[in-house]
Amino acid sequence: MEPCHEKIAMKVRLNVNGREREADVEPRKTLLDTLREDFLLVGSHAGCEHGVCGACTVLIDGEPSRSCLMFAVQADGYDITTIEGLAPAPGELSIVQDAFCETHGLQCGYCTPGMILAAHALLERNDAPGRADILEAISGNICRCTGYGQIVEAIEHAADRLRKTNVPRGGRP
Amino acid sequence: MKPAPFDYVRPDSLGEACAILASDVDTRIIAGGQTLVPMLAMRLARPARLVDILRLKELHGISTEENAIVIGAVTRQVEVERSEIIRRSLPLLAKALPWVGHPPTRNRGTVGGSIANADPSAEIPLVAITLGAEIEIANPSDRTRMPADEFFIGPMLAAVMPGDCVCAVRFPLWTQARVGTGFHEVSARRSDFAFVAAAAQVALDQVGRCIAATLGLGGVGDRAIRIDVAPLVGNVPTREAITDIVRAATKALDASSDLHASADYRRRVAATLGIRALDDAFAEAASGHGALP
Repeated sequence: MEPCHEKIAMKVRLNVNGREREADVEPRKTLLDTLREDFLLVGSHAGCEHGVCGACTVLIDGEPSRSCLMFAVQADGYDITTIEGLAPAPGELSIVQDAFCETHGLQCGYCTPGMILAAHALLERNDAPGRADILEAISGNICRCTGYGQIVEAIEHAADRLRKTNVPRGGRP
Repeated sequence: MKPAPFDYVRPDSLGEACAILASDVDTRIIAGGQTLVPMLAMRLARPARLVDILRLKELHGISTEENAIVIGAVTRQVEVERSEIIRRSLPLLAKALPWVGHPPTRNRGTVGGSIANADPSAEIPLVAITLGAEIEIANPSDRTRMPADEFFIGPMLAAVMPGDCVCAVRFPLWTQARVGTGFHEVSARRSDFAFVAAAAQVALDQVGRCIAATLGLGGVGDRAIRIDVAPLVGNVPTREAITDIVRAATKALDASSDLHASADYRRRVAATLGIRALDDAFAEAASGHGALP
């Protein structure tokens, strides 16, 4: 077997939360590690790091995707949204984030960024999701604390609040 | 970083990609990466180089030809799931798609990736086998088509040579007026690997006689297989006939056995789901709510 030698870093330019960011990365560096280590966006959590748990979920062009299953060198040209990109202003919470607090949709918080991004993407597409739609939307995200009941409740609550606001859909909050 | 080091290239054309693939056996294709990246993370795969084909426009899209729906290899699964053309003209694939992984993996995973991986429990290869699809394969000198039945040769094993690139899947179009489909699956959890999956497509004539029928089973053995349901053709289908034919065809199936499901269990579930899939398909064809080509 060949000795395990490092590869020369490649320059990547990524659009994260509406800002252009640059980093020098080895090809084998995942988007997740790049977000956390190079851009210090540590809200995307490293769980299983092989695509099972959903803790690293980010939005790629608005669609929930696993950032541990994409290399940073593949991610240029997409609109990447992390949990840090959801809050309307520093110190504030988006409606979905606030709904998770209000209904105790989190305990340890490890899965929460992924859950909220999955919920956010669902509610961008679907004004009034049924229970089955919600379960499907978070089916790729594992939570070991809540038993999911309060998470579903949080998303139902967020849907209700979003329906009662005048915020236009299809963009970031 | 979990994967072993590799080089990364993103060629601008299929020809260039094939040339790179052919020049080095240690090069692998990456598209959606939803199967390959976990394998890299666990170091079950250690290619020296990855060739990224995801953005090759010539491999992307869903098109209708005279007798086929052609899906480009890098078309993402979510695009197929949301496609109106697929829902209307390839309803069996539309029914199977929600069972493929879960939403985040369908957002990145591609149709060609699922085909090339040849997982025996995967839904897209099952539909390809059931409908008798053809796989289009490019290499540096040639572009060929291979029937799905010859393409899938074993678990995670497809009949591709070094330098080959799956570029599209051609699903035959059924043009009968009354077509119905059925899809059933049993797994440990929704979106987990299928222990058994069954896919059926049938067509009825104006008086309700079966004029075409196909049934495929996935997850049972080394690869998806087609079950012989020819005796149904020419007759008005009855529950008894469906049950007898499917039971007889699945009784001696070569089934795999593992921690989750024994071979006997797989055979029993295969019979039950096969019957249900055909039942659904005939009911849908009779009601006229199936495909409208």
